[in-house]
Amino acid sequence: MLLNQFLGLAAILFCIGVYGVLTRRNGVMVLMSIELILNAVNINLVAFGAYQGDVGGQVFALFVIAVAAAEVGVGLAIVLLIYRNRRSIDVSEADLLQG
Amino acid sequence: MGNVAEVIVFLISGAIVLGGGLGVILNRNPVHAALSLIASFFGVAVLFISQEAHFLAFVQVVVYGGAIVVLFLFVIMLLGVDRAEQVRVEQLSMQRPLAIVTGVMLFGLAMGGLFLSGPGGEEGAVAATGQQSAMVPIDETEPNVRQLGLDLFTRNVLAFEATAILLTIATVGAVVLVRNEGAEDLVVDEPGTSIG
Amino acid sequence: MLALLAQTQVQIPEIVWSVLWPIVLLSIGGVLLITATSISPRLRVGSFPAAMTIVLAGASLVTLPLIWSKVRDGGGQLPVIADAIRIDAFTLLVTGIMCASLIVVSLLLDDYLRTEGLDGPEWYVLLLMSATGGILMAAANDLIVTFLGLEILSIAVYVLAALHLRRTKSQEAGFKYFILGALSSAIFLYGIAMIYGATGSLRLTDIAQFIASGNSAGLSPLTESSLLLAGMAMLLIGFGFKISAAPFHLWTPDVYEGAPTPVVAFMASAVKAAGMAGLLRVFIVAFGVVAEDWRPVVGAMAILSVVIGAASALGQDNVKRMLAYSSIVHAGFMLVGLYAAASGAAQTGTRSVVFYLFAYAVMSLGTFAAFTLIGGRGDQNHSLSAYVGLSRSNPMVASLLAVLLLAQAGMPFTIGFWAKARVIIAAANGENYVVAAVAMVAAVVAAFVYLRLIVTMFMISEPDEAGEAEASGAQLRISRSGLFALGIAAAATMIWGLFPGFGGDWFGEATRALLELR
Repeated sequence: MLLNQFLGLAAILFCIGVYGVLTRRNGVMVLMSIELILNAVNINLVAFGAYQGDVGGQVFALFVIAVAAAEVGVGLAIVLLIYRNRRSIDVSEADLLQG
Repeated sequence: MGNVAEVIVFLISGAIVLGGGLGVILNRNPVHAALSLIASFFGVAVLFISQEAHFLAFVQVVVYGGAIVVLFLFVIMLLGVDRAEQVRVEQLSMQRPLAIVTGVMLFGLAMGGLFLSGPGGEEGAVAATGQQSAMVPIDETEPNVRQLGLDLFTRNVLAFEATAILLTIATVGAVVLVRNEGAEDLVVDEPGTSIG
Repeated sequence: MLALLAQTQVQIPEIVWSVLWPIVLLSIGGVLLITATSISPRLRVGSFPAAMTIVLAGASLVTLPLIWSKVRDGGGQLPVIADAIRIDAFTLLVTGIMCASLIVVSLLLDDYLRTEGLDGPEWYVLLLMSATGGILMAAANDLIVTFLGLEILSIAVYVLAALHLRRTKSQEAGFKYFILGALSSAIFLYGIAMIYGATGSLRLTDIAQFIASGNSAGLSPLTESSLLLAGMAMLLIGFGFKISAAPFHLWTPDVYEGAPTPVVAFMASAVKAAGMAGLLRVFIVAFGVVAEDWRPVVGAMAILSVVIGAASALGQDNVKRMLAYSSIVHAGFMLVGLYAAASGAAQTGTRSVVFYLFAYAVMSLGTFAAFTLIGGRGDQNHSLSAYVGLSRSNPMVASLLAVLLLAQAGMPFTIGFWAKARVIIAAANGENYVVAAVAMVAAVVAAFVYLRLIVTMFMISEPDEAGEAEASGAQLRISRSGLFALGIAAAATMIWGLFPGFGGDWFGEATRALLELR
């Protein structure tokens, strides 16, 4: 059974995600990178669960998906809010968009 | 041997997962990034199937591919693709070097966790992995959904209820944040600082 | 289909409702509040949401002694709902902190929302549910529940930090908090996955058993399971972010500065207490056996936090930023206590952290209550210059704030003194003289920060600044509810300062509950 390969893959995906969160300057892209990290976690959980023959790993992965959905919802709402306020002010305060 | 097939499936879907992941962090265009994200999610779903987690693979496609990425695309389109580029965050100074250092450290942590233990190599992680306390063993004869359901509503019923609170919060929070109120007399503090 | 249903035997876990009252009251109460205010818009305005929140939190507080008598009869530990959470003295203590924090923050928020012209039962709904998450996190005996509690707590607070819809600074603070918070919880989650892989379980008590059995077989986890070690390191990153310990503190000053001040009061008291409670629960219960392995990391985080926090606080001119750095120092002190607990002084160390949790919640609630009052309309008066001559324009607020700041500095006869003293004694008991000495020096440096603010308040303003100072003082409209909240916090600071054993030995009981589980 492949275990280490799965875990290695997850570790690489995790680091891609962390790099993305820390370097992307676009709010939406940052949220996508966070999703990548959560997927890496899920790969780990399922691989460990399968290795140990325990269904608990899969159940935890379900919870992680639910949490990811909640996080994305709130995160995108904040992005929209900021965007909308920027647009409503970018006539008078254009330099807020740079920086 | 089923092993060869397993390895081939792993290699192909793993390449898709990583390629998609790289696409997300390297694409400048948010729509392309979102599409790469879908590719990555589908690769993960295939990995789940190869690990006998059928229900999870299904949820992965429906929730991630279906709901979450669509939500992303929806917001990107709402902002306008060129506009979406401009919603930028300035998080920390010295961001890129810091990101590289953090990334390398976490990678070291994650990989070190796998391969430093025991006699090393492939056996290492296996030696490190505890096996004794599995409480709900996977039964090959039972359908995957049923096992998940049983575990969810017995061992993890409290966590299930807690998820209900979490989703309520997310709904209330998202609605209240984008409610169109107060845009008229917005107070702009110190333009050009912080997120900008 | 029916046949299939009939042959399935589901062992539904027994649920002891009578000890779950606080969780039920706060979460269901939150849902009822949002439902009621959606059905009847008339309830949205006025103080109904605040009153309901206070009633719910007060009712939860009242149930605590009843639950405690049940728990004591059950031997100090009640595993509830398939052992997913433990109701014990520690859980009840943290529940008490959460409820007290809810009451004080609601008192502040009521007036704050009115002066800012914001509308919203949603603020209270999010607060109520966030507090539920904090309780779950402190009670959890299962890493899934710890994680979900953490997320409930944090997501609500991300929204609250951004919820001043008319100030871009609040939204930017919320966004920054969200991004870094989501990253830290993802790392936390990765850590849980690794621990699950290493031990094969998510239940804290099972993990402890597994590690102990490995230990007795002569296997040191340090050499045998780097998976477990990496997992613990990632959990520490996640918790370190929540309690804003260095080097994961970078978000703290900006978020404290930008977020609405009543929300900052909640962040400093409830979020930090819950994060620390989760950290204690996980690391003492599950990983207590391998304390040797995580001890150095906790010690390093403790020293970094006290040093960086104290040094950075000195240069701040904005009081919210100043207190943000001071909160990092306090997080460092709690970690010093944990470090002591890990190095031999299990009893005194754990007890000192438990006491510090409570003490810091009280002090920070009071301090940020005062800042809310002084901040005034627009939440703007947070520069040091706004505090010049405050003692003359608002002697009441100034003197109460002075008491709270002295407590934070560790002045004798206040709660802060006992908190700091116990941590340092515990560190000395564990023979961690270096850490104890660094913490003491940092405490002295941090004391200058508080003294500077106090001196500014009581400074007789110079002639050319007098007009300005008087003007800012005259604008200050002190609400009765806010002053009441400030009064409660200051009174608690003094009561537990003069009688540190006031109200029975909760802290000892809570410590025992934690240590017994190992």
